[in-house]
Amino acid sequence: MSTRTINNTQEFSWKRFFLQWEWMLVALIIIIFLINSSISPYFLNYLSISDATMTFLDKAFIVFPMVMIMIMREIDISVGSTVALSSVVMASLYNAGLPMVLAIGACLLVGALCGFFNGFLLVKYRQLSAVIVTLSTMILYRGIAYMILEDQSAGEFPTWFSFFGWGYIGSVPFILVLFVVMAIGAVLLLQKTVFGRRVYAIGSNPTASRFSGVKVDKIKLIVFTLAGLMAAITAIFLTSRMGSTRPNVANMYELDVIAMVALGGISTAGGKGKMLGAILAVFVIGYLQYGLGLINIPAQMLLIIIGVLLIASVTVTNLRVKGKLQKKKSKKKVKKAS
Amino acid sequence: MTEKNRMNLATISKFREFGLLGFIVLLTIVIQFLNPAFLTLGNLTDLIKNTAILSILALGMMLVLITRGIDLSIGATLALSGMIAALTVSAYPDLHPLLAILIGILVGVVCGVVLGFLVSKVGILPIIASLGLMNAFRGLTFWVGGGEWISAYQMPSSFKNIATSSFLGINTLVIIAIIIFLYFYYFVNNTITGRQIYALGSNPDSAKISGINSHKIYMIVYTMMGGLSGLAGVLWVSKFASAQGNTASGYELTVIAACILGGVSINGGVGKVTGVLLGAVLLGVLDNGLPLIDVSPFWQMGIEGAIILVAVLFNTIVKKTVEKNNRLRRVI
Repeated sequence: MSTRTINNTQEFSWKRFFLQWEWMLVALIIIIFLINSSISPYFLNYLSISDATMTFLDKAFIVFPMVMIMIMREIDISVGSTVALSSVVMASLYNAGLPMVLAIGACLLVGALCGFFNGFLLVKYRQLSAVIVTLSTMILYRGIAYMILEDQSAGEFPTWFSFFGWGYIGSVPFILVLFVVMAIGAVLLLQKTVFGRRVYAIGSNPTASRFSGVKVDKIKLIVFTLAGLMAAITAIFLTSRMGSTRPNVANMYELDVIAMVALGGISTAGGKGKMLGAILAVFVIGYLQYGLGLINIPAQMLLIIIGVLLIASVTVTNLRVKGKLQKKKSKKKVKKAS
Repeated sequence: MTEKNRMNLATISKFREFGLLGFIVLLTIVIQFLNPAFLTLGNLTDLIKNTAILSILALGMMLVLITRGIDLSIGATLALSGMIAALTVSAYPDLHPLLAILIGILVGVVCGVVLGFLVSKVGILPIIASLGLMNAFRGLTFWVGGGEWISAYQMPSSFKNIATSSFLGINTLVIIAIIIFLYFYYFVNNTITGRQIYALGSNPDSAKISGINSHKIYMIVYTMMGGLSGLAGVLWVSKFASAQGNTASGYELTVIAACILGGVSINGGVGKVTGVLLGAVLLGVLDNGLPLIDVSPFWQMGIEGAIILVAVLFNTIVKKTVEKNNRLRRVI
């Protein structure tokens, strides 16, 4: 009896390997480095390059769960508000006399709860779209942050707390170390585990995956809670870097995060894209912002550039996905014709 | 569930607007009881004037939501067209105010066409396309204005009069809002294009199969939204007599909230002009009334968020029950 095997991995080809979107991002990073170092003689040294990460990596933690959310065809625009709320809760609990360690714990708890609430509403009422749920909670969470602090700011943290934002391990910024560790974890989680494969399955076809026994609700709930938790981690780093907090911090962070994910090649039609792409995109946008800062480009030009970058990268991803589909179709036609 | 209960929920969904109206009346009575200054002519005029701009934008947003889209860029579009109109009148003080309005609408239409093109031809999700454009337009507003404000003394009085003048004893803003309301009522209910918008929203696939040009409809909807934001931009700048880079920042959320409170479904195909108007009025009453009864302005956002969330959940639960009833009836 002969057994037929179906290959679940494509044969390796150098051409396909180098045509991946990730190489394009690597090329972009190199170009940005070249431009930055030609603009400023101070850019191209280890200190400048590693210290720059302190300025943009805080929001990058939200990228990990956002990749999974967008692969599942959902979106979460409440993350910026979640950052604000958990930061405000942490600061005001500390100012009310709670030890800092407990306040940080409360921050993580509030973040996770915010994310869980989003996920819970989505799972409980399936006809609700993620757009409307997270839009309402975006207003609600920031509203609660305003209720707590009104127009005050809170801060005066213990000195050790500034380690998160400004500390080094050896000569590497602590935030960079943590980001790399988490990035490796996130890549492994999405690309190598059953959980990750199920996230892709949900994105490719939610109904089919539900019928084939994937616990869609449970996975969605976990991923949205993770988004809230990561927003809380962002809140810790952001608050530590700034030294105090106000209810209007992290305004429009969701846009930056979604732009990073889209530039990373994650298709908004669901089911496609890699974690590594989004991680590279974090550095593309981060060093772009840093470089523009070096030549004193005003912040509003940055707004335009990020907006255009977001739309351009989504367009390119759309075209790539479409192009692949057409190739497959034309191949099928050729086979039929022969 | 008993037969009677089912009937009740079905009735609620049919007469949703009456429920909303009842809630507004109740809220008014409570506020009036706590602060008698609420139901005075001066305050009411203020309330209606403030609601006019919101309702203009909410009507446009209703069309976008009906096609299963969303437009987060309207706050930025509003700011950009307001800024350009203000810059123009400060450079040419003799310009007729109608021309200034026209310039604003034109800028808004261009913004809307760009978004419509991205959504319909390029096929980007509306939320992502409009999020990107929101940034781009906001950046453009700062850039065009050079980071400066255009203040009252730089604007000719003819321009500022757009918002303060009145016609037949009614404020111009209110008249414009009423005209747009009447036009939308006619457009949505009595024209072929209006009905096609609903058809596209309730089932895009079958709408395409039955010969509706979906690209055209998307373009129309987003262009109208852009044009209305442009108009609102000029009215806004004229009313507050100042154009800034961050004018109406975050206002898109309030507009979407008015639509959702008015019963527009974000899943497409559902929404009434009268409902949206009531939604806008409800938000207007809250905006105007809460400070009068000594609610801290910092609580407003949280209260607004909670009300929106409750409205969204209420919509879904009612819809779920109605659908269940329909299914039961079919079996029988």
